[in-house]
Amino acid sequence: MSAVLAAHAVAGEGLRSTRLRRRTRRSLVTLGLLLAAVALCVAALMLGDYPLTAREVVRALLGLDDGPAQIVVFDFRLPRVALGVLVGVAFGLAGALFQSVLRNPLASPDVIGVSQGASAGAVGALLLGGVTGFWVSVAAFAGGAAVGLLLYAVAWRGGMTGHRFVLSGIGVAYVCTSVVGYLLTRSEVQEAQAALLWMTGSVAQADWAMVTILAVLVAVLLPPVLLVARGLDLLLLGDEQAAGLGLRPEVTRGLVIALGVALACAATAAAGPVAFVALIAAPVARRLLGDGSLALVQSALVGVVLVTGADLVAQHVLPSLLPVEFSVPVGVVTGAIGGPYLIWLMAAGRTRTS
Amino acid sequence: MSVLAPSRPPVESRPRTARRGVVAVVALLVLLLLVSLASLMWGVRDVSASDVLDALLSPVTGDNDHAVVRTERVPRTLIGLVGGAALGVAGALMQGVTRNPIADPGLLGLNSGASLAVIVAIAGFHVTSVDGYVWFAFLGAAIAAVVVYGAASMGWEGVTPVKLALVGAAVTATTTSLITVVLLTDRNTLREFRFWQVGSLANRSADSLTSVLPFVVVGLLLALAAGRVLNALALGDDVARGLGQDVTRGRLLVVLAVVLLCGSAVSLVGPIAFVGLVVPHVARALVGPDYRWIVVLSVLIGPLLLLAADVVGRLVVAGELEAGLVVAVIGAPVLLGLVRGSRSVAA
Repeated sequence: MSAVLAAHAVAGEGLRSTRLRRRTRRSLVTLGLLLAAVALCVAALMLGDYPLTAREVVRALLGLDDGPAQIVVFDFRLPRVALGVLVGVAFGLAGALFQSVLRNPLASPDVIGVSQGASAGAVGALLLGGVTGFWVSVAAFAGGAAVGLLLYAVAWRGGMTGHRFVLSGIGVAYVCTSVVGYLLTRSEVQEAQAALLWMTGSVAQADWAMVTILAVLVAVLLPPVLLVARGLDLLLLGDEQAAGLGLRPEVTRGLVIALGVALACAATAAAGPVAFVALIAAPVARRLLGDGSLALVQSALVGVVLVTGADLVAQHVLPSLLPVEFSVPVGVVTGAIGGPYLIWLMAAGRTRTS
Repeated sequence: MSVLAPSRPPVESRPRTARRGVVAVVALLVLLLLVSLASLMWGVRDVSASDVLDALLSPVTGDNDHAVVRTERVPRTLIGLVGGAALGVAGALMQGVTRNPIADPGLLGLNSGASLAVIVAIAGFHVTSVDGYVWFAFLGAAIAAVVVYGAASMGWEGVTPVKLALVGAAVTATTTSLITVVLLTDRNTLREFRFWQVGSLANRSADSLTSVLPFVVVGLLLALAAGRVLNALALGDDVARGLGQDVTRGRLLVVLAVVLLCGSAVSLVGPIAFVGLVVPHVARALVGPDYRWIVVLSVLIGPLLLLAADVVGRLVVAGELEAGLVVAVIGAPVLLGLVRGSRSVAA
C-alpha cells in the first residue's frame, strides 16, 4: 500500500515538474520574442540617414526631446515600424488561426485566396483604374473581403468544415491568380513591375493614417480572437469531444475563420501580401514552445520579429548590395530569411511536427 | 478492417470500384477524343473535321489547312495531352504522399525551381524562345526537389508528410524572393518571364515534346506502379510499416515520379499547378479513394482539362487567352461544386 502511494507521489512529482518546465519554457520563449521585437523596433528607429542613439530614440518616444530627433522618429521612422508591427501581428495570428482550425500546416492567407483576392483587387486598381496610394488599399481590402464572403457562400452549410473551406479557397485563389496573370501580361512592363512591387508586400509607404486604420482594425479583432482561443483549444481535441464539452464545432470554426480572414484582409490591404509571414509564424512558434499548444500570442510575436527584422534588412542592408532605384519591399526579405530558417528548424528540430 | 485487408480501399467494395472505374475510363476516353478533335479543328483558322482527317491520313502538300493542322495543331494537341497527363498524375501522387488534399505538384518547390532556372536562362543566357527554356526548367525543378527532399529527410523523424510540405513551402518562398528581386530590378526579364509564368500550350515545338517525353513515360510507369504504396501510405506511416511496406523507399519512388512528371510538364507548358490540384479531386469523386484508380483516371482527366482550357482560350477572345489562365476558370467551379457536394469532413 505504502509502495503504491509512494509510486503515486513520484508520478505526481514527475507531472508537476514537467508542467513547471513547460511553463518556464513558455515564459522564456514569450519574453525572448518580446525582447527581440522591442530591440528590432528600437534599432529600426535608430538607423537611417540621420542616425540616433538608443537614448535619443527613447527620449523622443517619451516626448522628452523636441529637437530633430522628435521629427525623425515620429514623422519618418515610427509609422513604418508601427505598420510592420501591426502587419506582423495580423499575419502571425491569421496564419495560426487558419492552420489550427483547418488542421492543415499549409493553410495561410496565401493558400485560402484572401491574398490573391486582395492582389487581384489591388492590381486591377493599379493597372485598370490607374489609382495609387490609399485607394489601392481600399481595392485590396474589397478584393480580399469579396473572396472571404464568396467562400462563406460556397462552403457554409449550417457550419464550416476545414475540408470544404480550404479546397474552395484554393479554387478561388487560382482564379484570382489567373486574373492577376492576365492583367500582368496585358499591361506595359513598367506598370507590371509596379503591380509586382505591390504584390511583394512593403511597409515603406506607411503613414499615420494607414497605421491608425490598421491599428483600430487589429484592436477590434484582437479581443474576439483571444475569446475564441479557448474554443479553438477544445476543437483540437476533435469535433465530438468539443461538442461533448458544450461547443458547437462548426459554428466556432466559422467564427475563427472569419476572424482570420478579417485580420489577413486588413494587413494585406495596408502592406500587400507580405510573403510567408502567415505561413511560417505558427510553425516556428510551436517549435520554440515544443508543447503542442496553440501558441497564438507567440505566433503573433514571431510575426512581428520576422516583419520588423526583414524590414531592417530590406532598408539598410540590401540597398548597398543591389542596384535598385526603389525602396526594397519587405516581402522580398521575409521569404529569403524565413524560408531557410524554417528549413533549419525542420532539419535540426527534435520536436514532433504534428 | 483496413488492417486485415490492406490493399482494399476503406469505403467501397472492390467490384463496385472496378465497375465505376471502367465506366469512367471509357467515358473519359470518348471526351478526350472529342476535345482532341476540337483542338485540331478550331483556332484562328477553323478546319473541318473531314479536312483534319485528310490532313492526318493523306496530307496534300501545299494545302494550307493541312499544313496548319500538321505543323501547328498536332504538336500543340500532343503537348496538351502529355503535359496534362503529367500534371494530373503528379498532383495525385503529391496529394497521396503528403496526405494533404491541397497539395499541388509544385509543392516540392518544383515550380519555383523551374521558374528561377527560366529567369537565369532569360537574364543570364539571353534565351528568349520557349523551347530554349525546357532544359533549364527541368534542371531547376530537379534541383529544387533534391534540396527539399534532402532537407526534409534530416532530423530524427526523417521524412514526414508535414515536413515535406513545409520544407517545400519554405524553398518556394526563398526561391520566390530571389525571383522577385530579379524581376523588380530587371525589366527585360520581366517582359519575357511573365508570359512563361502564366503557362500556355502555344509556340512550343514538337522538339520540346520529344525531349521530355522519355521522362514522362518513366514517370507514368512509376506512378501506375505506385498505387498500392499510396493506398498503404494513406493509412498512416505506422500502419503502412506494419503492413510490411517499406515507407521510406515507397515515398522516395513516388517523389521521383513527381519530379519526372511535374518537371517535364512545367518545362513544356509552364507552371500550371492547378491542373495537378483539381484533377485528383475529380478522380476521387468518380472512383473513390483507391489510388490505383485515381492515378489511372488522372492520366485522362489531366489532358482533358488542359486541352479543353486551351481550346476555350483560342475561341473566347481574339488573339487567344493562355491555357494556364483558362484552366483556373474552368477548374475552380468544378472544384467548388465537388467540395460543396461532398459529404466528407476529413481535412
